Amino acid sequence: MTYIRPKFRHPDLPKNDLGYTTREYEGSLSTLCAGCGHDSISGSILQACFELSIPPHRIAKLSGIGCSSKTPNYFLGNSHGFNSVHGRMPSVATGANMANRDLIYMGVSGDGDTASIGMGQFVHVIRRNLNMVYIVMNNGCYGLTKGQDSATADAGSKSKAGSVNPFQPIDLAGLALELGASFVAQSFSGDKEQLVPLIKAAVSHPGFAFINVISPCVTFNNNPGSTKSYDYVREHIEATGKTDLVPEKSEILASYESGTGTEVMLHDGTFIKLEKLAANRDPFNRMDAMNALRNARNRNEILTGLLYIETETEDLHHTINSTDRPLNTLDEADLCPGSAVLAEINEDLR
Amino acid sequence: MKPTDTKNPEYFHKVVDCQYACPAHTPVPEYIRLISAGKYTEAYMINWESNVFPGVLGRTCDRPCEPACRRGRIEEEPVAICRLKRVAADNKDDVRAFMPGVPSEMNGKRIALIGGGPASLTVARDLAPLGYEIHLYDEHAAGGGMMRSQIPSFRLPDDVLNEEVGYILDMGIHTHFNTYVSSMNEILEKGYDAVFVGTGAPRGRDLVLPGREEAGKNVHVGIEWLASVAFEHTHKIGKKVIVLGGGNTAMDCCRTSRRLGGEEVKVVVRSPFAEMKASPWEIEDAMHEDIPILENHVPKTYVIENGKLVGMTFEKVKAVYDEHGKRTLVPSGEPEVFIEADDVLVAVGQQNSFPWIEKDTGVDFDQWGMPLVDALTHQSTNQRVFFGGDAAFGPKNVITAVAHGHQAAISIDLHCSGEALTARPAPFTNLVSKKMGIHEWSYDNDVVNDQRFIVPQAEKKAALSDRKLEVELGFDIQTAIKEAHRCLNCDVQTVFEKDKCIECDACVDICPTACITFTLNGEEDDLRTRLKAPALNITQDLYVSDTLPTQRVMVKDEDVCLHCGLCAERCPTSAWDMQQYLYKVTKAG
Ligand SMILES: Cc1cc2nc3c(=O)[nH]c(=O)nc-3n(C[C@H](O)[C@H](O)[C@H](O)COP(=O)(O)OP(=O)(O)OC[C@H]3O[C@@H](n4cnc5c(N)ncnc54)[C@H](O)[C@@H]3O)c2cc1C
Ligand SMILES: Cc1ncc(C[n+]2csc(CCOP(=O)(O)OP(=O)(O)O)c2C)c(N)n1
Ligand code: SF4
Ligand code: SF4
Ligand code: SF4
Ligand SMILES: [Mg+2]
Repeated sequence: MTYIRPKFRHPDLPKNDLGYTTREYEGSLSTLCAGCGHDSISGSILQACFELSIPPHRIAKLSGIGCSSKTPNYFLGNSHGFNSVHGRMPSVATGANMANRDLIYMGVSGDGDTASIGMGQFVHVIRRNLNMVYIVMNNGCYGLTKGQDSATADAGSKSKAGSVNPFQPIDLAGLALELGASFVAQSFSGDKEQLVPLIKAAVSHPGFAFINVISPCVTFNNNPGSTKSYDYVREHIEATGKTDLVPEKSEILASYESGTGTEVMLHDGTFIKLEKLAANRDPFNRMDAMNALRNARNRNEILTGLLYIETETEDLHHTINSTDRPLNTLDEADLCPGSAVLAEINEDLR
Repeated sequence: MKPTDTKNPEYFHKVVDCQYACPAHTPVPEYIRLISAGKYTEAYMINWESNVFPGVLGRTCDRPCEPACRRGRIEEEPVAICRLKRVAADNKDDVRAFMPGVPSEMNGKRIALIGGGPASLTVARDLAPLGYEIHLYDEHAAGGGMMRSQIPSFRLPDDVLNEEVGYILDMGIHTHFNTYVSSMNEILEKGYDAVFVGTGAPRGRDLVLPGREEAGKNVHVGIEWLASVAFEHTHKIGKKVIVLGGGNTAMDCCRTSRRLGGEEVKVVVRSPFAEMKASPWEIEDAMHEDIPILENHVPKTYVIENGKLVGMTFEKVKAVYDEHGKRTLVPSGEPEVFIEADDVLVAVGQQNSFPWIEKDTGVDFDQWGMPLVDALTHQSTNQRVFFGGDAAFGPKNVITAVAHGHQAAISIDLHCSGEALTARPAPFTNLVSKKMGIHEWSYDNDVVNDQRFIVPQAEKKAALSDRKLEVELGFDIQTAIKEAHRCLNCDVQTVFEKDKCIECDACVDICPTACITFTLNGEEDDLRTRLKAPALNITQDLYVSDTLPTQRVMVKDEDVCLHCGLCAERCPTSAWDMQQYLYKVTKAG
């Protein structure tokens, strides 16, 4: 019986700028079902943080409830973490971010956690442009409670038990675009070559960065007739494994060669390289992104890659003009500036 | 790369590093598992079938398996494979019932074995059960060859050797001991169907320097001296002894001297210490017995006073390497060194010599006096005459002699049946799943973190006062089981079935040692750089699948796989399975 991962690692593992290998970014052994897409996304998050050479203690992982929300246990074991209540990850993230703006906030949620019980929280965190990464591990069902259809299940998609979902799905990427999210991407758990650079870009983005990742539930929603199965998803996106950094993966029929490449500079000076952009696509134009997404849906295709990015964005701290420093670094003198300052304020109010 | 052909018996064989490195291809992980299960007799028999002398080898083997052991690439030290073999031998029950019987009706063929060392004994062991009438000739009074005459009793007790030589001689072998064969023609005239030459490399080199003649009987050729100690002709040596040479023979000479009255025994070598030929553990044992090793000393003269040897002079040198790494020893310019000695033991090399094989026997020799022998079949230029062990290709070790014996026996059997010697039967192989449940395997797949355990030794004072007292005591059973658990079960193979894979990456994410990558195919050199961890060890193969639906291939670098089975546990479709691979070298018959 094995529930322990051996401690030995490959002796020639690559090291990042901090001198760390991926080992320093590992978490405990996953208890999810073998083959769950969520584990793969965990692997991509780990890889992205390793490649960005982020010191693990600078990251805070936040999640709600669900198999997806359990995953923060299985990566970044040396980081901060908060496993909140069902659908309430965004408010915990907001509070944490308000208190300490120096950490990197990595929110992980499920389609149930986000599109049903947490919908109210989700829309407001977008609206506020909280500086965080928000990843939905989207399997079209409630995995943890044994596979009931979720609000992202496509109409007509068949469950393992054979029933057909009669309701229209909520398109989370479309919703995020509509609500003004400043970074919106879509990907597939089975395509690390695309997902890892997307997560890296999302971490570097100075506002709310949303990634909707299709992530098959092997146990309850990987059956024929499901539109969130490995086979269906692979057939409805471009084949994996051909692009560098942040690619725009376009409709299955459009060829990459027809497009051009472009570079986007982020606030910290890093570039996001968009290669092989499909013709007629403009990732800086929200309307264009919404159209492209809708057109793909109409053709039963899944548009993946970086859909939209707004480089000049201002996060919540900017908007409400809050303090530049984490609250825990403020001392008594900062918090109680004394009666002279109070008198000044009172004077202003007269 | 082309998809790996796992049907080729050599592919998975090579993954079992220890077994692959063993000249006799002993199924090492299999016997180690049997030891952990307390099945010493079974573990012994698995060994015995392959290497014929588990008790001897468990104490004295050169252990080519250990440097090859995968564990040594993952942490500091390999599994103590050799000393675990001894555990099986020491703790087994009576094994005589499991020994192959000799048929009541012989096949009418007669074979002569010249020399009674491990090579000849292995031929006897393989051919006697097939009904051959075997005649074994040796100049000494008992069988075993250099295992008896050279390897000292404090490393290999007589009773261990006698037992294992006995198992073979008991198969109805006609022994002709105390018989030095002085003519190959005489043997050939006796009409044997085949003759096997296993006479070893019996001649030690002397070192002729000024003063050698006067030094006379106080200078001894190492292997002759060891033999005369073993056969109880020599019981004493002077208080001050110089041993010349840096190989294993020198180590046996110096340690034996310490037991025969040598108080100040020094080993003197020409080369730097780091380049000594002796096995590291033999050097360690010698130093533990207070024997200093002086490096970079080139012997110049034997110093004689009043007609008697009093010591030797040496020139000090240093090693200089050219750009190709070729070494020359150049004088360091330091003054000559004088070292006192009552006796000098010369252990500077060992040679073959075949004075008893006449020119007209049809057995041809090369310019260095070595017989022309086929590397695979061991046949000489006389089709009836076969060579093996140290006699075939120069001095090696016991396990190599055994491996030669097995191959020569196959050839002799084919020769006697009138078949082509190249039509050698394929090895026996078997691949069986170890799956019992989702998290359950019928092998112990958790990887322990223990470092190699140390074998206890006899107390030094007692050991030095008794030439026959075995120094190494062997593992006690508790420690043996812990050491056995360090084995990674490399014979339990990761077997990939491409058509079942749904490319979910679960195996990639779980593998602790980053062995598995799914990527676009390419040439091997290129693929090796594109894996999750670079595959720098080119002696280890890449296991490559056929193209998957995403146009990628699965590539597994076999190098540091822990055989932990986690990939197979995490695979939702059982595209990975852990399957035990048993590989047995073909035997005669
Ligand atoms: C000092 C020393 C220590 C060693 N220690 C080890 C060790 O720890 N581990 C290890 O693996 N190997 C060791 N070796 C090497 C090992 O002993 C040999 O490689 C091995 O025994 C070779 O086996 P063989 O069957 O070829 O012949 P041998 O063992 O050499 O046997 C040949 C036999 O044939 C006899 N013979 C030769 N010519 C004739 C003839 N014309 N007529 C009749 N009989 C004849 C010889 O007397 C001898 O008994 C050691 C060698 C030496 C010298
Ligand atoms: C307040 C509350 N309501 C309901 C539940 C039951 N519940 C647990 S997980 C879950 C759905 C999880 O679905 P999703 O977020 O898609 O996660 P998945 O398991 O599919 O990854 C539900 C409804 C709960 N834990 N708490
Ligand atoms: S139930 Fe589904 S989502 Fe949950 S761990 Fe299993 S496969 Fe993953
Ligand atoms: S058995 Fe599988 S998981 Fe374990 S080290 Fe080998 S390839 Fe990796
Ligand atoms: S776990 Fe199994 S199905 Fe998944 S990628 Fe590995 S071999 Fe393929
Ligand atoms: Mg879900």
